[in-house]
Amino acid sequence: MYKRPTTWVLLFVAVALSQVFNYLVPYAGYLTAENERAAEQILAGTMPENLISNSISGFPLFAGALALTLGAISVGSEYGWGTFKTMLIQRPRRLSIYAAEVLALAVTVLAIVLSIFALGALTSSVFALSQSESMAWPSLGELARGVASGWLILVTWCLLGVLLAFIFRGMALPIGLGVVWILGIENLIVNVAVALLDFAEMLQKVLPGVNAGSLVSALGGRKETPGVNTVVDGTQATLVLAAYAIIFTVIAGFALQRRDVT
Amino acid sequence: MSKVKRTETHTQTEARRKVMNEDSLLETRNLTKRYGPRIVAVDRVSLTVRRGEVYGFLGPNGAGKTTTLRMLLGLIRPTSGMASVLGRPPGDPGGLARVGALVEAPAFYPYLSGRDNLRVIARYANAPKKRIEAALDLVDLVDRARDKFATYSLGMKQRLGVAATLLKDPELLILDEPTNGLDPAGMADMRALIRRLGSGERTVLLSSHLLGEVEQICDRVGVISQGRLIAESTVEELRGGSALLVAATPLDRARERVEQLLGAERVDVLDGTLRLEADPTSSGRINRELVKAGVEVTELRRIERTLEEVFLEMTNQKGESNVE
Repeated sequence: MYKRPTTWVLLFVAVALSQVFNYLVPYAGYLTAENERAAEQILAGTMPENLISNSISGFPLFAGALALTLGAISVGSEYGWGTFKTMLIQRPRRLSIYAAEVLALAVTVLAIVLSIFALGALTSSVFALSQSESMAWPSLGELARGVASGWLILVTWCLLGVLLAFIFRGMALPIGLGVVWILGIENLIVNVAVALLDFAEMLQKVLPGVNAGSLVSALGGRKETPGVNTVVDGTQATLVLAAYAIIFTVIAGFALQRRDVT
Repeated sequence: MSKVKRTETHTQTEARRKVMNEDSLLETRNLTKRYGPRIVAVDRVSLTVRRGEVYGFLGPNGAGKTTTLRMLLGLIRPTSGMASVLGRPPGDPGGLARVGALVEAPAFYPYLSGRDNLRVIARYANAPKKRIEAALDLVDLVDRARDKFATYSLGMKQRLGVAATLLKDPELLILDEPTNGLDPAGMADMRALIRRLGSGERTVLLSSHLLGEVEQICDRVGVISQGRLIAESTVEELRGGSALLVAATPLDRARERVEQLLGAERVDVLDGTLRLEADPTSSGRINRELVKAGVEVTELRRIERTLEEVFLEMTNQKGESNVE
């Protein structure tokens, strides 16, 4: 994975988005605030104590879309280049190759999450030092929970990308469908259908994006960030996302195992 | 219609071993692949590849060659029938460990160099790294091994594909159109390489539609057309014995008389001449009979049929076998 240019591009974009919208834009807002109180409130949001919230608030939607793209490209490009054919006739069984692919993606997603947290920590500590503000950090336990939850959200979206790529044996359609789902369809269900249909209200509680947003909220994520909500509690959100991750993994593996490689 | 499962029962394994000749490295029995109710890509193909031979798998485009090879490698699941590769089901890791294959266009990671691509494949194949340099040297790619695969010409890509097949030092090589994209010098080099690889104990299954190439390097050939194996024999047997060429005027009368003598099925008209399936020793009698019939014979000589002629004749019959 580390030799693929795609991996580095997506890592860079994810980190850049986090830095721009969690730190640079608020800092610009702080500099141009109408009054001192408003400025202090804005600056407080960028301090080390808000590292977890800043890092994962964008995960349900924006970083999630990037993670889905990573999964779809990783698998879809193998179909596009024809390299599945090359690898499957060497020696390992299909499921062994699949397991290695999933493991590599899981590690890559973890690297993305840790990068976002690490650079967020660096930026917030620079802000705190420059403004002589408090350097109070979240506890190690809270950080671990934040990183693990962020990883769970992104790896679930990544595995959806993998599943779609195996189903459609490419990457363009999986990316298109996946991103439309993340950024549009769940939004429509939550903000339009729920108000009109009882069924939609029940349905939203099991949607992956809604549960990702609820998990972020349970960890203190900014509720004004698109995708962050309080539809379900953190425990349910964790279990639902884990279930989705397992289901996506199993179905994708089944698709690879059963289908012809042409 | 039964399906071939990836894992076999004990009964199926024993059945596979019984039908396998000890000399056979690869065998299929009624191997079939259907796509939906109307498309039969491979239709009850039964072929055998013996140890140490170079087997040519011939057929026009779309005949089912690549589909058959993909089934043998476990990439495609057969609809019915049986296949055995080195005594194992297709796609079995134990079998694949001893098979080197290049199917259709060589597929590698464009962002990796040639050498790095072989390193990846060597890891998958559990092949020793020292074989990478030997394989690159054999296909004359050492100088370009550090360049990205995306920068390779078609011929270089093809050669890297062949290099990849050699990493496992395989007992069986399966090559699908290996001279594709090569210039004439490259094709000659590839043929020499295949001959060298096919010598000794190594077995080669070579799929091609270049008949001259097959004629030069293959010991036995199987001809597939519209999904069916319509002939399987040595090149010499397929070409048949020699034939007679007769140029005569008027041609129609000559044809009529010769058909009376030999039978219509043994007479063919090609390029304004008659081709007769007849022993050369009968040429005198044929000449006499033609003259008696008022035919002017301008040419009468022995010819040997090329594999191309045999092939075109066979495949123009729309899959009906002309060779028992």
